[in-house]
Amino acid sequence: MEMAVKLPIYMDNHATTPVDPRVLDTMLPYFTGKFGNAASRNHSFGWSAEEAVENARSQIASLINATPKEIIITSGATESDNLMIKGVAEMYREKGNHIITQAIEHKAVLDTCKRLEKYGYEVTYLPVQRDGRVNLDDLRKAITPKTILITIMYANNEIGIINPIAEIGKIAKEHGVFFAVDGVQAVGKIPVDVQKDNIDLLAISGHKIYGPKGVGALYVRRRNPRVQISAIIDGGGHERGMRSGTLNVTGIVGLGKACEICQKEMPEESVRMRGLRDRLKDGLLNRLDEVYINGSMEHRLPNNLNMSFAYVEGESLLMGINDVAVSSGSACTSATLEPSYVLKALGVGEDLAHTSIRFGLGRFNTPEEVDYVIEKMVTVVNKLRELSPLYEMAKEGIDISKMKWQTA
Amino acid sequence: MAYSDKVVDHYNNPRNVGSLPKDDPNVGTGLVGAPECGDVMKLQMKINPETQVIEEAKFKTFGCGSAIASSSLATEWVKGKTVSEALSIKNTDIVRELSLPPVKIHCSVLAEDAIKAAIRNWKTKHGVEAAAEEKVAH
Repeated sequence: MEMAVKLPIYMDNHATTPVDPRVLDTMLPYFTGKFGNAASRNHSFGWSAEEAVENARSQIASLINATPKEIIITSGATESDNLMIKGVAEMYREKGNHIITQAIEHKAVLDTCKRLEKYGYEVTYLPVQRDGRVNLDDLRKAITPKTILITIMYANNEIGIINPIAEIGKIAKEHGVFFAVDGVQAVGKIPVDVQKDNIDLLAISGHKIYGPKGVGALYVRRRNPRVQISAIIDGGGHERGMRSGTLNVTGIVGLGKACEICQKEMPEESVRMRGLRDRLKDGLLNRLDEVYINGSMEHRLPNNLNMSFAYVEGESLLMGINDVAVSSGSACTSATLEPSYVLKALGVGEDLAHTSIRFGLGRFNTPEEVDYVIEKMVTVVNKLRELSPLYEMAKEGIDISKMKWQTA
Repeated sequence: MAYSDKVVDHYNNPRNVGSLPKDDPNVGTGLVGAPECGDVMKLQMKINPETQVIEEAKFKTFGCGSAIASSSLATEWVKGKTVSEALSIKNTDIVRELSLPPVKIHCSVLAEDAIKAAIRNWKTKHGVEAAAEEKVAH
C-alpha cells in the first residue's frame, strides 16, 4: 500500500491548493502572446485581454449565482475582506458606525474591524457556540439602529464549520443591514448562492480553489439593494472605480477557469472529499483513544477535519509526521506562542488546543494517501503518548485538570 | 521551523525514556510546566545517598520537539554526575548543545528547572535542608 504513495503528502488545503493543470494551461497564453493590458482600448492586444477578463468574470459570477458586473477583481481575499468592510464603513458612515462580526473570523476580517474601532466605529464580536457556529439570537440582539454591516464567514478555515448563512442573510435583510461574507473556504467547495443566501458582499480567493495566488474577487450586489463601497486603492479607476490598478490578466483568467471547474465538478468532488475525510476520521477514531473532534461534524466543509489528540503536543506530532503536510493549533507552531484563538473561542481547553491537528483534504488526495496518514498518525501518537507524562498520569487515574501546575 | 540535527536525533531516538518508582527514597522526581502552556516535563533521578552520584535518570515530556530533546539531553548529562555537578548545568548549555532558536529557549529553561526540581525532591526525602546544602557547597 505504502509503495503506491508519493511522499511528501499534501493535506493542508485550507492553507492553499496547488494550481489545477487545466487552470495553468488556460493561463499560459496570457503571459506571452496575449499579454495585453485589459484597459488598452485601441488595439487587439488590449481587446483580447479584456475579453479574457470578461469571460473570467462571468465564470466567477456563475459559481455564486451573481452577474458579471457584480464581480470586482482584487489581489486576493485579504484585500476583498478589507474592501468589503472598510468600503461599506466609509460609504455609510452617515447612516451608522456599528459593525457586527464574530470571534472566529479570519484575521483579515478581525484586524480590519479592529482598525475601524480606532477610527470611531463600534464593533460587536459575537461569541460562537460550542459547535463553532454563530447563535442567531445573539445576532438579532446585537443589531442596533446604528448597525450598518454584519460580517460573518461562510465557513471557518481551521475547523471547517459552516455558519447558517441563509438565516443570517435573512436577518440582515429584515433589518436593512448589509451582509458581507468571507467566502474563502466555502466558495468552490459547497454551493454558495448570493441570491438564496441574501449576501450583499462576498470575498473569494483564487488559491484556495486550485487557482493561482495573488488574485481574488469581491462580489458587490448591484440591485435589491444596490451596495456602494468606497475604494481603498485609488488610481486609474479600474473595476468601476472600486479597485484601481492594472488588471492581473493571467491571474484573473486562472481564477475564472478555477471557478468553472469547481462549479462543474462540485457535485462529484464534494462527495469524494467527504468520503476521504470520513475515511480519515473513522480510521483515526477507531484506532486511537482520547481523540476529540473540534467543531460541528454536521455543519462542516466536506474536506475538513480538526482533531485533538490528547496528551500529545501538536508540534511534536507534526515533527513525527514530517512527510505529511498538515497544520496544528498548537502555540508552538504559531508566531504568537498562543494556541489557536478559534479553538479557544469554542471553549476547547488550552491543553487540548495544544494537541490539535487540522487536516485539509483536496482535489488531488487519494484513498491510499489517507491510509498512509492514518498509519503514520497512529504510530506517532502512540509513540509520543509513551513519552507523555500526562498520558501516564491519566492512565494512573490522576485528573490532570485538577492538578496544581507550576506555571510561569 | 527547521530543527537542528541534534534535536531531530533526540526526538527520533529519545534517551532514557520512562519512569522510576517515585516512592523509592533514593528517587527524586521533578514535574515542571503546565498542559495549558504546551509543555510538561517529568524528570526522575536515582541518586546514591552515599556518593551523591546520579546513577539513573529517566524522563517523560509532553511538548514540542525541542522540549523533548532538551529533557532527553538533560537525562544524558546528569547520569554519572554528582548532585552538585548536575546543579551546575545551565539552560544556556542546553541551548548551545542543541542549537535552539530564541523561540525555543523556554524549553531549555524548563529542562534546567526539571533537574533542580528532581534534586530538590530527593533532598526533601533525605531531610537535607537547602541552608545546610549551601554550607556544603561553600
